Amino acid sequence: MAQKMTGAEMVLKALADQGVEHVFGYPGGAVLPIYDELFQQDKVEHILVRQEGGAVHAAEGYARSTGKVGVVLVTSGPGATNAVTGLTDALMDSIPVVCITGQVPTHLIGNDAFQECDTVGITRPCTKHNWLIKDVNDVARIMHEAFYVARSGRPGPVVVDIPKDIQFATGNYVGPANIQHKTYRPKMKPEQTAVREAVEMLAAAKKPIFYTGGGVINSGPKASKLLRELARLTGFPVTSTLMGLGAFPASERQWLGMLGMHGTYEANMAMHDCDVMFCVGARFDDRITGRLDAFSPNSKKIHIDIDPSSINKNVHVDLPIIGDVAYVLEDMLRVWKSKAPQVDKPALKAWWKEIDGWRARKSLKYKQSGDVIMPQYAVERLYELTKDRDPYITTEVGQHQMWAAQYFHFEEPNRWMTSGGLGTMGYGLPAAIGAQKAHPNSLVIDIAGDASILMNIQECSTALQYRLPVKVFILNNQYMGMVRQWQQLLHGNRLSHSYTEALPDFVKLAEAYGWKGMICHKAGELDDAILEMIDTPEPVIFDCRVAALANCFPMIPSGKAHNDMILGDEVEGEDIGGVIGEGGKVLV
Amino acid sequence: MAQAQKQSHYPNQTAHEAIEQRTLSVIVDNEPGVLARVIGLFSGRGYNIDSLTVTETEHEKHISRITIVTIGTPMVIEQIKHQLERLVPVHRVEDLTLNGEPLERELALIKVQGKGEKRIESLRLAEIYHAKVIDASVEHFVFEMTGRAREIEQFLTMMGELGLVEVARTGIAAMARGKADV
Ligand SMILES: Cc1cc2nc3c(=O)[nH]c(=O)nc-3n(C[C@H](O)[C@H](O)[C@H](O)COP(=O)(O)OP(=O)(O)OC[C@H]3O[C@@H](n4cnc5c(N)ncnc54)[C@H](O)[C@@H]3O)c2cc1C
Ligand SMILES: Cc1ncc(C[n+]2csc(CCOP(=O)(O)OP(=O)(O)O)c2C)c(N)n1
Ligand SMILES: [Mg+2]
Repeated sequence: MAQKMTGAEMVLKALADQGVEHVFGYPGGAVLPIYDELFQQDKVEHILVRQEGGAVHAAEGYARSTGKVGVVLVTSGPGATNAVTGLTDALMDSIPVVCITGQVPTHLIGNDAFQECDTVGITRPCTKHNWLIKDVNDVARIMHEAFYVARSGRPGPVVVDIPKDIQFATGNYVGPANIQHKTYRPKMKPEQTAVREAVEMLAAAKKPIFYTGGGVINSGPKASKLLRELARLTGFPVTSTLMGLGAFPASERQWLGMLGMHGTYEANMAMHDCDVMFCVGARFDDRITGRLDAFSPNSKKIHIDIDPSSINKNVHVDLPIIGDVAYVLEDMLRVWKSKAPQVDKPALKAWWKEIDGWRARKSLKYKQSGDVIMPQYAVERLYELTKDRDPYITTEVGQHQMWAAQYFHFEEPNRWMTSGGLGTMGYGLPAAIGAQKAHPNSLVIDIAGDASILMNIQECSTALQYRLPVKVFILNNQYMGMVRQWQQLLHGNRLSHSYTEALPDFVKLAEAYGWKGMICHKAGELDDAILEMIDTPEPVIFDCRVAALANCFPMIPSGKAHNDMILGDEVEGEDIGGVIGEGGKVLV
Repeated sequence: MAQAQKQSHYPNQTAHEAIEQRTLSVIVDNEPGVLARVIGLFSGRGYNIDSLTVTETEHEKHISRITIVTIGTPMVIEQIKHQLERLVPVHRVEDLTLNGEPLERELALIKVQGKGEKRIESLRLAEIYHAKVIDASVEHFVFEMTGRAREIEQFLTMMGELGLVEVARTGIAAMARGKADV
């Protein structure tokens, strides 16, 4: 039944009808009618961030840690433009976000009015879809469509731009049940012939590998369960991209660790030498494939993806399966169980033997000796001391992010939030705030870098205001370490602007924001300090001073194949400049 | 190049395939911004547009048909189609080139200035090419010509020597041959 109300009321009603409990936002002139409605209701809680970019990353952290849609509310002009980085981030990593932006009144659009910008024009390439509402009677339909588009198929961010006069105008509201989108119907269920063929290919494999990705997380916890079941049934090795960590438990014997540029030796060698690659919700990103013409040259490839444009984008696959991971795996499991195929046991045994040989290479080995804390050691200790608390981990971008991916281990999906596709410094703190809001009693830690953390440091205020006890664990190397590593590797060790001089005193900074600040210089004191941090009921910035010049290995340099990795123990001291040039230190 | 290879943290291009031309029919909801989405996709992802036409074709349903002629390697063409299908207001994308050469027509208005021999020659050629005179004075003609892009190109080349001063072209309208509809 249609109900009469104002556009602003409809926005709140639609949010409530969509089951939204939390909105991350920042007010301004063009959204004041909606803020006024927010004030007069109590179904939706608003979390006031300190910069709109923070709102989108918080919504991303919220969405990734719950599987729900994250919701953002910002004003026109600068509010909308500040949201653009977060929207692009969510698009690259397939995170469902609905961002509502205020707009100048319809009669002023195009007039360079105060705080006007072409929001739909600016956000068209960085959203899955966007709308400018020009009639109050469209508000309800478009709001419901926005949620449908954001969460369906390959999830992504959407923008709903609402002029201020539309927020004031009165019209008809309709509920979500009465809305069906005209054109958008993603394909969820796979072709059964493809499913049967995939089972046959897997069953016949002699050197198989599961290459899993963010699509498993997107598909929901059931997909992770089914993945585990199929992996156990087949006994095949499993690796994952950065975005898929947690879908398969890191403690299982079948787990090879992350693959790709900073992946483990065994994962990358197995990808290179496999005969059947089973790609589950991953997109053959360039951090994974390295040099394309040398990427897993002898394998037949099966690719499950909900987005047909991910198929054959970078790498030719032999058997595409379009559909949702959970649906596809469910069908594959059914076929596998009913056929009960005989896998080639001797071949698999030999394959595992080969893999165990690569494992024995211990590619994540590092040396911790003396007082100076190695960054790898810091993450390892953080993991050991927190793993029993089922923590949620976010990261910023840089070496610390890779060390977190390598040395923190995940048993469950939705525990790991990182900016993979866009690589947005400043993502981790607001994302941690979003995750903490969704899981108020859980331990949420942002593993941060000294440079990245400054990009959204203002969100410390948000955490304090809402009593969100996030922990920011800074691997402080006083460098933009990842940049420095590439300069050492490729630019003759000329460290152009990658040393962060004049860093703030992080302890005082924490205190200024009403947080607790801690610092640790010595390996011997690290455990106690970490324990103190996690036992602190308030938010904490932990300034962990680590070896300044440590580098992140293993590493596949650009233009190299998977079997062309640089391993940490082959690089002498901090001199990595010669590695690529000589090509001699690379392993086969 | 070798230097650039060594200093990039992106992989090099290793695949080099032949380039093909395709004519695509894109059926879309005629809503504000839909053309901008399609064009933005092409410019944003570095695809080529050789020709583009768009008009609403089913008024009650507000459906428009966009005809795009594009070039790319088979892998890129495949991407273009899938990327277009990802756009929310796109109903479907038909590759008209898949089942043989499609019917393609374009309309051109062509203004030629001149006197004497050249003027007579342009009129004679116009007859051969089935171009109609739709405006004339003792010193000019405006021809209207409908045909395949290639024929129009040929005609224009000849007019180039006979006083061509202005051209307006519609871009290509295309349809697959045979009984079936898209
Ligand atoms: C400094 C830095 C270093 C990096 N190094 C590495 C590295 O060493 N290794 C690494 O792995 N990554 C690395 N990355 C991340 C990398 O850039 C990519 O973000 C990542 O590899 C992509 O992961 P993915 O393939 O799982 O795809 P995602 O971006 O997670 O995409 C998911 C895919 O699954 C599909 N999908 C979505 N939902 C579903 C569903 N329900 N059902 C089926 N399919 C679905 C999507 O269409 C898409 O194709 C690095 C990033 C940074 C910033
Ligand atoms: C917004 C943004 N700007 C620039 C970059 C490029 N970049 C990638 S990593 C990095 C350095 C990060 O330094 P820090 O946060 O200290 O992490 P570290 O690598 O030292 O662990 C930079 C500048 C980026 N990823 N994001
Ligand atoms: Mg640093």
